[in-house]
Amino acid sequence: MTTISPTAAIDRSHSPRLRSRLQDWIPRLVLAPSFLLILMFVYGFNLWTFYLSFTNSKAFTSNKLVGLANYQKLWTWTFETDPPSNWYTALVNMGLFGGLYVGFCLFLGLMLAILLDQKIRGEGILRPIYLYPLALSFIVTGTAWKLFLDPRIGLEKAMHDWGWTSFHFDWVVNPSMMIYCVAIAGIWQTSGFVMAMFLAGLRGVDSEILKAAQIDGASTYQTYRRIIIPIIRPVFFSALIILTHMAIKSYDLVLSVTGKNPGGAAELPSTFMYTYTFSRNQMAVGSTSAVIMLATIAAIMVPYIYSELKEKAR
Amino acid sequence: MSAADNLLASRSREPARHSMTTRVVIYGLLVFFAFVYLIPMVVMVMTSLKPLDEVTGGNMFALPQHLTFQPWIQAWGEARIGISDTTGIYGYFLNSIKMVVPAVLISSVLGALNGYVLTKWRFPGDKLVFGMMLFACFIPFQSVIIPMAVILGMLGHFGNQLHDLTGFSFGLGNSTVNLVIVHVVYGLGFTTLFFRNYYEAFPTELVKAAMMDGASFFQIFRRVLLPNSTPIIIVTVIYQFTNIWNDFLFGSTFAAGDASPMTVALNNLVNTSTGIVEYNVNMAAAIIAAGPTLFVYIVGGRYFVRGLMAGAVKG
Repeated sequence: MTTISPTAAIDRSHSPRLRSRLQDWIPRLVLAPSFLLILMFVYGFNLWTFYLSFTNSKAFTSNKLVGLANYQKLWTWTFETDPPSNWYTALVNMGLFGGLYVGFCLFLGLMLAILLDQKIRGEGILRPIYLYPLALSFIVTGTAWKLFLDPRIGLEKAMHDWGWTSFHFDWVVNPSMMIYCVAIAGIWQTSGFVMAMFLAGLRGVDSEILKAAQIDGASTYQTYRRIIIPIIRPVFFSALIILTHMAIKSYDLVLSVTGKNPGGAAELPSTFMYTYTFSRNQMAVGSTSAVIMLATIAAIMVPYIYSELKEKAR
Repeated sequence: MSAADNLLASRSREPARHSMTTRVVIYGLLVFFAFVYLIPMVVMVMTSLKPLDEVTGGNMFALPQHLTFQPWIQAWGEARIGISDTTGIYGYFLNSIKMVVPAVLISSVLGALNGYVLTKWRFPGDKLVFGMMLFACFIPFQSVIIPMAVILGMLGHFGNQLHDLTGFSFGLGNSTVNLVIVHVVYGLGFTTLFFRNYYEAFPTELVKAAMMDGASFFQIFRRVLLPNSTPIIIVTVIYQFTNIWNDFLFGSTFAAGDASPMTVALNNLVNTSTGIVEYNVNMAAAIIAAGPTLFVYIVGGRYFVRGLMAGAVKG
C-alpha cells in the first residue's frame, strides 16, 4: 500500500500547498512522540546500560571506563563453584527453573488442550478455571504458594493431620530446594495460557483433514500423533519462545515464593542484577548482567518478531 | 485475533468417538486439574476467614470453624506494612488506582493513534518503526532500570527546583507520576500492537471514502475507526490494567515508602520479619490485591483471553 494523501481537502484551503504538506505530515507527527519515547526509553536506555557495563560504576553511575573488566568478572564467576558465586547460582537456577517451567508448561498446556478438545461438556466452566491464575499478580501467586507449601501450616501439616505422618515436603523453607517451588508456582500460573494457545491451534485445524483420517481408520492417538500435532508445530514454536522469554524475565515470583530470596538461594539473573545494582552497590556488574539478559532475549525475540511480521506481509 | 476466535468458538467437528472408560479418564483428568488450579485460591480464601490459632493449629483444607472477617478488617485498615508507620493496605490500594487509571488511558489512546497511522497512513519504513516498537514489549526491564532511575532522579530534582521557584512541582518527582510515565512508555508496544493488528483488518475503502468526502485525519479516526473499535479498546484496557496493576519491579524501584503500589505493599506485609506471622491477615491482603484483576477477568474473560493471545504476537 502506498501513502494516501487526502486530495479532496486541498481545494477548500487558502494556502493549498502548505495545508496539504501539513496534512501529509500529520500522521507522522502523531506517531512521532510514541516512537521518540521508545527510541529514548528503550533503545537509548539499553545503550546506556551497555555503556555502564564498561565503567566502574558503584553506588552511582561513573564514567570511568574499565574495558571488559566486568565481563571478565562475570566470566570468572561463571566457573566459581566452591563456594558457588551468586552468578553461578543464578545461572544454574536459570537452567533448572527455565527447563522445568518451559517443559511442564508445554506438556500440561498441550495435554489440557487435547483433553478439552474432545467435545467436553462443561468446557465453558473448565477453561476459565485453568486460565484465571493469569489474572493474578506474581506476588499474589507467590504468597498463596508460600502458604500452601509451608510445612508448618500447609501441605505437610495437612497430610500429617490426615494420618500420613511420614509425608515430608519442606522445599519452600529449604534453601537448596526453593527454586523448585518457584517453578511449581510459575507452572501453575502460566500453563493455562499455553493451554489456550494450543487449544486455539487445535481448533484451527481443518476438520476435512480429520474426517479423512477417520475414514481411513486412524485411531485418535494416531490422528493426534501423526496429523494434528505436526500441523500445529508453529504453536509449539511460539509457545516455546514466549515461555523462554518469560522465564528469563521472572523476578517477582522468586521474591514472593521464597520470602525475599534469603541468602540468594533462589537467585536468578534478574534478581542478581537487582541485588548487585541496588543493594551491593556494584552497578557496573549489575549492568553487565542486564546486558547479558537483554542479549539472550534479543537473540530469541528479534528473529521471532521478524518472522511474524514477514508472515503477515505475505 | 483469529487465534482467540478459534479458541472461543464452539466445536463444529464431529464428536470424538471414545469408549466409556476413555471418557471417564478424560473427565477425571480435567476435573483433577481444575482442582489443582482452584485449590491455592480456595485455601487462601478459607485461611483469610479463620482466626490465627485455627490457621496455625488446624488443617488448611478444613472449613473455618469460627468464621471471622477480622483479618480482612485488619488487612484493609490496621496491619503494619513493613517499616512504614501507615497502617492498612487501603492507602496502597488507592496508590495503585491513582497510577493505573491515567497509565491505562494514556497508553491506550496513544496505541490507538499509532495503530491508525501504521495501517491507514503508511509511509516508507513503517514496518521498521512497528518492529522496533514491538521489541519494546519483550525487553527485560533490568536493562533499562538504571538509566530510568537516573532520569527520574533528575526529573525529581528539577521538580524540587521548580517547587522552590513557583511553589508547584508539576508532579515531577512524585512517585505516582513516575510510575505513570514508566508504565505508559513500556506499555506503548503492546497497545500499538493490539490496535495495529485490529485496524489492519479494518476496510481501507471506508477510510478512502471518508477522505474523498474531505474528512481530516482526526475526523476519520473519530468518526470512522473509533465507533468500530469497541472490542479492541476493551481488550487493550483490560490487558494494560492487568499488567500495570500486577507490576512489581517498577513499583518497588520507582516508588518510595507510602507511595508504593499495592503489589509492593503486599510483598512487604507478607515478608515482614518482625513479630508473629499473621497468615490470615496476609491472605486477606493478597485477595484484596488480586480483587480488581480477578473481577475484570470474571466480567471480561473473553476479552482478557483475546489480549493474552494477541500479546503472544500471533494474532
